[in-house]
Amino acid sequence: MTETLTTPVTTTAAASEPPPAIRTRKLRKVYPVPAGARRPGAPASPAPSPAGGIVALEALDLEVGDGEFFGLLGPNGAGKTTTIGILTTRVRPTSGQAWVAGIDVVGQDVVVRHHIGVVPQRANPDRALTVRENLLFHAAYFGIARSVAEARAEELLQTFDIADRAGAKVDQLSGGQQQRLMVVRALMHDPRVLFLDEPTVGLDPQSRLALWDILRGLHAKGHTIVMSTHYMEEADQLCQRVAIIDRGLLLALDAPAQLKARAPGGTLIELTLDADATAAAEAAGAAPGVTKVESAGPRLRAWTPRAGESVAGLIRAAEQSGREVRDIHLAPPSLETLFISLTGRKLG
Amino acid sequence: MSGRTPFAPRHVPALRIFGALLHRDLTVARRDIVSLLVRTTMQPLLFVVVFGAMLPRMGFMQRGYTAALLPGILAISLAFSSLQSVTMPMLVDFGGTREIEDRLLAPAPTWLIAFEKVAAGVIQGVFAALFVLPLARLIMGPIDALSVGHIGAVIVVTVLGAAAFSAIGLVLGTAISPQNIGLMFSVILAPMIMFGCAYYPWRSLDRVPAMKVAVLVNPLTYVSEGMRAVLTPGLPHMSLLAILAALTALSAGFWWLGLKTFLKKSIG
Repeated sequence: MTETLTTPVTTTAAASEPPPAIRTRKLRKVYPVPAGARRPGAPASPAPSPAGGIVALEALDLEVGDGEFFGLLGPNGAGKTTTIGILTTRVRPTSGQAWVAGIDVVGQDVVVRHHIGVVPQRANPDRALTVRENLLFHAAYFGIARSVAEARAEELLQTFDIADRAGAKVDQLSGGQQQRLMVVRALMHDPRVLFLDEPTVGLDPQSRLALWDILRGLHAKGHTIVMSTHYMEEADQLCQRVAIIDRGLLLALDAPAQLKARAPGGTLIELTLDADATAAAEAAGAAPGVTKVESAGPRLRAWTPRAGESVAGLIRAAEQSGREVRDIHLAPPSLETLFISLTGRKLG
Repeated sequence: MSGRTPFAPRHVPALRIFGALLHRDLTVARRDIVSLLVRTTMQPLLFVVVFGAMLPRMGFMQRGYTAALLPGILAISLAFSSLQSVTMPMLVDFGGTREIEDRLLAPAPTWLIAFEKVAAGVIQGVFAALFVLPLARLIMGPIDALSVGHIGAVIVVTVLGAAAFSAIGLVLGTAISPQNIGLMFSVILAPMIMFGCAYYPWRSLDRVPAMKVAVLVNPLTYVSEGMRAVLTPGLPHMSLLAILAALTALSAGFWWLGLKTFLKKSIG
């Protein structure tokens, strides 16, 4: 199921060409069977392995281009956090390899850390420090001169609208502000790739939209962004390409629009009739392009890969069976419908 | 802001990162100084009031007991301030908040993060001991046997003692779950304090021979006796050479063990 889905991996890139932002080859992670508490990053609904241990990643091949906004979509326990953990040097793969900016994440983890910024699933600011100190100490860990760090902190705090909280203790910030602080901190050392692990979980809708805007802005300015999420809408709205993963396997990888086109049956056309739609549904099966029809009360649902051609035929079928069409609704194929068809279960 | 010409250096010397990490820990410790001192020196100071001032005046304690007590009190303050300043933040970090994650993502080898924690623990331990010394001396009154002969020896014993307990703190902080903090105090730390030759010199255990051997497994014994060897050298104490060897071995052993558990906790 995975073989044709990955972007081809170039092993002999020209010297002048920069390496891809991220590349993984047969990345596999098996966590030992937990003796006590589960470690962060370990899957919540584990896939048991015959050899013992919990398989978080089966054999992941990915390539993310420079400047790309890339999404990892999957339910809890899919392997998203483990993938990000490996790419950010925080989790050791059991086998396989991964490179960030062409640098091996296992053999040269210290070098890789210069190139990455990480926004964790749960905001983890240094609570003993103020907002500004969080940024300045982070910069100091990266060897950035104090004066440079101060200027950059100021600029980023302004940009992300938390400058008025610079002197505040982190605990005094709202959840949305804390998450913004996490983004700012991750940007302090100007990383090449920004990783965000389900950054909007637990945020109120307003803060979520604000964070989306921030991420769009960063991407527009040239940042490579890798984000995991279990929200379809988020992946659809933000990402240029989305990898759908479940139980440690890559199921699909493409642009959201392309993925949606692969959703079974294509667009859903729903007609609301003036009375029961059973007879109309029988006639509708013959309408051009229609692959599947069902009825529920006055509603007639038809799936078609060519919505434009099918609409007229459906209306005609309804009228021929003596019904009047009150309303027409077109639902384009969604990542949700694709995900269900790939995994047989819902997200989240 | 996209900064495709990076302004952050792409190589940072480990020593510089170590300095930044230490600066962070000492900044936080400075703000929390009252709490640290109360937490780690209250108990030994109260002990000094009762056993070093009240009981001697009531005639229950022999004259000269204060000379045996003072080094032990310093040892307890030094050891447990070091231990707690490593263990407590570790428990909180790995137990839930994961605040240390930002430091683990610094461009430094992971062992350096653990090493810095131990170093910060040593500094805080020494600070607590320096805080207790004049207070204890003030409460107890003059102590004839007190004589600092060799300042170099004092420094070596103090730093080694603090290092051993910081390293023990690293082990406890990374191997114990936060739910068991209470258990750690009553099962590990309380017996350690009582049977660590802090309140009585090791030589005087001649009358309880089994105990004289048993306390040798207790790291605090060597810190207490070390303090006696350098602060009241005229009174009976364990051989300084044996003390230094033991403290070096304990520091190295617990550092090795602590690093192992730290790496296990910090890298998935």
